[in-house]
Amino acid sequence: MSIDALRRRRTARVVDAAVWGVPAITVAALAWLLADVVWHGAGQIDLAFLTTAPRSAGRAGGIAPMLVSTAIVVAIAVAVALPLAVGTAVLLVEVLPPSASAGRWIRRSLDILAGMPSIVFGLFGNLVFCTMLGMGFSLLSGGLTLACMVLPILMRAAEESLRGVPDGCRRGALALGMPRHRAITAVILPCGMPGIIDGLTLGVGRAMAETAALVFTSGYVDRMPSALTDSGRTLAVHVFDLSMNVTGGDRWAYATALVLIGLLLVTAGLLSLASRFLQRKGAHKP
Amino acid sequence: MTSISSRRPAERLFVTGLGLCGAAASLTIVAVIGVTTVEATPALSVAGPQAFLTDDGWFPLSGRFGLMPMILGTVLVSLGGLALAGPMGIVSAVFCNHYAPAAVATAYRLLLKALAGIPSVVYGLWGLVTLVPLIAAWAPPGASLLAGILVLALMILPTVAVVADSAIQQLPPALHRGGAALGMRRHTIAFRVVVPAARSGLATALVLALGRALGETMALLMVTGNLVQYPSSLFDPVRTLAANIALEMAYAQDIHRSALFVSGLVLALLVAAALVVAEVLAPDGTRHVD
Repeated sequence: MSIDALRRRRTARVVDAAVWGVPAITVAALAWLLADVVWHGAGQIDLAFLTTAPRSAGRAGGIAPMLVSTAIVVAIAVAVALPLAVGTAVLLVEVLPPSASAGRWIRRSLDILAGMPSIVFGLFGNLVFCTMLGMGFSLLSGGLTLACMVLPILMRAAEESLRGVPDGCRRGALALGMPRHRAITAVILPCGMPGIIDGLTLGVGRAMAETAALVFTSGYVDRMPSALTDSGRTLAVHVFDLSMNVTGGDRWAYATALVLIGLLLVTAGLLSLASRFLQRKGAHKP
Repeated sequence: MTSISSRRPAERLFVTGLGLCGAAASLTIVAVIGVTTVEATPALSVAGPQAFLTDDGWFPLSGRFGLMPMILGTVLVSLGGLALAGPMGIVSAVFCNHYAPAAVATAYRLLLKALAGIPSVVYGLWGLVTLVPLIAAWAPPGASLLAGILVLALMILPTVAVVADSAIQQLPPALHRGGAALGMRRHTIAFRVVVPAARSGLATALVLALGRALGETMALLMVTGNLVQYPSSLFDPVRTLAANIALEMAYAQDIHRSALFVSGLVLALLVAAALVVAEVLAPDGTRHVD
């Protein structure tokens, strides 16, 4: 074998090793991070941790108020953003002609919104919801801020999903003499629902994980909220506060982080089950 | 809006409702930028826009508004993170499409999704508790530009990988087959044929990841040490623009608060610039979901 061929074979081997090395490093990094969270956090988690209020700034007690606050803030965000997002997507796909410049502008504005850093949403939410609209530091302010943040995620997913609905569905509905708004609500939206729910998975995940946009909108009062106008600390904000502001809070921060990751996984799992169920149900339709 | 839609009152109401949704959705970004600008105006008019670039030091209460160390800190952390995550993300995409068996590629794509779904505050916690002490043992103080770069690289890797993956998937299969027919080895096809052919999609991936990096707040706040200074080495602490806002919003009043909105505006403009570049670079017909 010539030296040239040997050299070429060696190059091939080096490049191949490098290509396999990158995913290996990525897997190792993710494993390290998750192992760390489980290792430091799992010991603190029991039923009492999930059902009691924190004591001593979070170094004892549990995270029940944070679980409730997180659920409320995310629910507000979804309740506000989902109808807007689906409405906009229907407008883009079903009403406006594909070449309409209005559609292009709506899409572009949401693309820019999607790129805005979360801290900018925090500034915006603090100014508009907390100060101008007088809601103060509250779950409502936090939820509305997150609604602005997840709106583009939900809209894109809904738009792509509606575009994927076969034209046969549309023509069939119209051929049955349905007015167009009935065709949309009774046929086209149900067909697009699995994709909308997939978008919801992304949006809810993003909302549950958010910290920067919430610190100055929903605030960090760690009591159990009793109204939407109360300030409430979400799980992610709790992790942040414990690790940065509470000495000896690391283990509790890890425990909270572990609960947060678990909750993210459960939510994503449930929503993807729902999406798959609807897809299978939809498959029976012509 | 076709003629049918305007004939029936119910239909007209429905379409009006949809129009309002669209208007509200697209006006959100206008409100975000507009409100931020209005709130930034007092500081901009008191100090003058150039003060934010030329003043030495960030002491807003004594009228010194120099954002330059923080802009530089933001850009250095972001470019450093991108220097690591960029090549790794592109190689990840090549791996999924040309090296890995189908099952491995599926598993690896799932893993990238998991990486993207981990909250940034968890990355920050891990960086603070695990990475920073490791760096401190080597070169104190630990909380540094380097810690920021490492954590950020891990966070933006999925962005690069996912967008690069879809860019490579969109290439015509003939490209790969042609290379194989010429007797090229796998790595030659991957890096001499596929990567150059996908370059505009890959560039988009890098720019989108850069946008994401510039705006990252909490994870960086937790690991970079937050000293307002020009770093002289990788081991020096820095403060990013986003971290600065998060740190000082809690107590900022009047002109100081307004100055923070100026830095928010600068940040928004940096990110918007990255997005515009991404749109210019994007190959026709691709849309990105992050």
